[in-house]
Amino acid sequence: MFRILVRGLLLMLLTGAVNAAPVFVFTAIPDQDETQLKLRFQKIADYLQEELQTEVRFVPVKSYAATITAFRNNQVQLAWFGGLSGVKARELVPGSIALAQGIEDPEFKSFFIANSSTGLMPADSLPESVRDLTFTFGSKGSTSGRLMPEYYLRETFGESPNDVFSRVGFSGNHSRTIALVESGAYQLGALNYKVWEAAVADGNVDTSKVQVIWETPTYPDYQWTLRGDMDAVYGEGFSDRVQQALLKMTDPELLRSFPRSGFIPASNDDFEPVRKVAKAVGLLD
Amino acid sequence: MRFTKAMAIPTYRWPRGVRTGLWFLLIALCCVPFADLEVSSLDPWTDLGRLLQGFISPQLMEPTLVIEALLATLAFAFAGVALAVVCGFLLALAFHHPLMRGFCALMRSVHELFWALIFLQFFGLHPLTGLLAIAVPYSGIFARMFAEILDQVPKQPGYALPARSGYLSALFYTRLPLAWPHLVSYASYRLECGIRSSAILGFVGLPTLGYYLESSFSQGYYPEVAALLILFYLLVATKKLWLRRWTLPVFIIGSPFFMGEGMPIIWGNVWRFFSQDIVPSPLRGSDPTWQSFADWSSNILLEQALPGIWNTLILSQIALAVTGIFALCLFPLISRHCFSAAGRMPGHILLVIARSTPEYLLAYILLQLLGPSMLPAVIALAIHNGALIGYLTGRNSNEIQLRLSAPERRVDRYCYELLPRTYPAFLSFMLYRWEVIMRETAILGILGIQTIGFFVDSAIQEIRFDVALLLIVIAAMMNIMVDMIARRIQQNVSR
Repeated sequence: MFRILVRGLLLMLLTGAVNAAPVFVFTAIPDQDETQLKLRFQKIADYLQEELQTEVRFVPVKSYAATITAFRNNQVQLAWFGGLSGVKARELVPGSIALAQGIEDPEFKSFFIANSSTGLMPADSLPESVRDLTFTFGSKGSTSGRLMPEYYLRETFGESPNDVFSRVGFSGNHSRTIALVESGAYQLGALNYKVWEAAVADGNVDTSKVQVIWETPTYPDYQWTLRGDMDAVYGEGFSDRVQQALLKMTDPELLRSFPRSGFIPASNDDFEPVRKVAKAVGLLD
Repeated sequence: MRFTKAMAIPTYRWPRGVRTGLWFLLIALCCVPFADLEVSSLDPWTDLGRLLQGFISPQLMEPTLVIEALLATLAFAFAGVALAVVCGFLLALAFHHPLMRGFCALMRSVHELFWALIFLQFFGLHPLTGLLAIAVPYSGIFARMFAEILDQVPKQPGYALPARSGYLSALFYTRLPLAWPHLVSYASYRLECGIRSSAILGFVGLPTLGYYLESSFSQGYYPEVAALLILFYLLVATKKLWLRRWTLPVFIIGSPFFMGEGMPIIWGNVWRFFSQDIVPSPLRGSDPTWQSFADWSSNILLEQALPGIWNTLILSQIALAVTGIFALCLFPLISRHCFSAAGRMPGHILLVIARSTPEYLLAYILLQLLGPSMLPAVIALAIHNGALIGYLTGRNSNEIQLRLSAPERRVDRYCYELLPRTYPAFLSFMLYRWEVIMRETAILGILGIQTIGFFVDSAIQEIRFDVALLLIVIAAMMNIMVDMIARRIQQNVSR
């Protein structure tokens, strides 16, 4: 009697585990104000759930590293990464693939912004007069807010940012960078050009107090990355279906929240330049 | 020669305790030139004004979210502290063993936020991360305190036991009943600390109050920040009302249900963390050489550990001195020898608010207002710890009976009666707090001040857990050393 009960229980547990397709979880690097991110990705979750016919959940995290770790730990299966975080994540999870990127992402760039008290004006290169000012990056793990600005600073001055500026900080995200340079907490900052343009368009920044003084050359940035073992879990062809769903996202409201004008296919090799720069700067081994 | 000798006046030597205090003050003053104490924000007053305005018109964000966050904050605190009480008590029974002592010292020398960052790497955002982040360091703290309390229990009742009574009988029939009230009161004090720790864990992503505080703050939604802070103060201040003997089991049993669901644990990740991630990267390859390992470690030591240790020391010594000054200025506010019962009320409120605000949160707020330098950190550490020590010293001063000849004027009474008589207690609180301040200083690096926590955070952001762990161990060693020095000084002073 007892044995039958135990067997029955075991069987129930087993079938339960097999039948219920695990929830498909995705996350994103917290590169902007959280309210905006939540709005954006809740819409995406609803959209993907509709398209993929499986339960989809968005999990917000507090740092770039936490995004990579959750992806690596298979606690999320899909992520909207930046260039650097995507390269790191794919290195840590063999078989994972870059599925899609924004139309703007192959030619992304960073803006250097300055508080008006510095008197700096837009120029074709970073002027020598930025020396010994205070400067803030975005997050430590950001491509457009850390890696690329640092790379171009090193290229321009031949020194590390710590030696160029009197103080170097990490604001945490691109929205904070704008706020800190606008308030004068830092005199200079570097950030994602898309976030800047969106903030200006929405009237969230006082352009009499802070303005763009230089833009970097272009580089590949954001992309959707999926773990490699998804077909085995969610059924044959699942990865393709995810990719298709992302590519055929045309709802202007969804796209505007990124903000991107659409999504195009991406491959791991597209981000090779980012990997090389990260190695050169010492952010990758 | 003989002449001068005969004329020599007997020199006055300051009491040992006073000299110790002055030495600490001198060290702090020597640290000041090396510290970065600049106010770098152009206009700190506007932001401060906006924050205060927020307090005048607080605005609650979505109530269900707030209630969930409040419950999660309590849940992690209760479950974590309860688990730590049990583990700490068991560890306390074996505390006389040097190995066990070292083990407990290691557990408590690592800050709960560092523990959380470690557990996050393999448990992910699972309730277990928050639970253990509180339970592990608190177990170490409980082990030491419980062992000390059990040791101080009078030995006489034990002699009355029958000759062949076992260890457990002696424990349960003689030591435990005598120690019980002290154990309970200490555990209750720790629960309050647990609520603070739990709130702070939100800053790294757990669903407690800190999570929403951080996001509202970083977006400049000050009315929401104010509402959350007010709620937090109310929660701590009303503890006596909702925490009763009969509600305690309800809270502890109920807590696992309010920690949020998080993400499932995958045990392979745990194994990978211990077998690969924390192994120094040069030793991970197929043919590790000592040369590469030596390069790796010397590089970390020179580039990260040394600057981190230096800044941590500088900042914590200055903070310690300012804390002491704050405490000495604050304690008369709640001393019955200085103010009437009604007059002490504002002081009490001020001290409760200041000491129940976690220093991490204070530093975060001040950093936003004053800009990034050591100054906000010093102020934050001094406000929180100064209020705590001021409270303890004030309570101590209430226990002393004034001499009949004690001065009437309040200032004289403070200088010539209260200060000298409470000073020994004050100094021992300070010495005890030294290690705590050091530990907090290290953690404030996560906010961007370049103490050792800054480098730990950077290593974690770069997914270099081997580096992060090495730096955390170095921070732990610093704390253990400071703890040992503090105890040595304490013994010297009270000799």
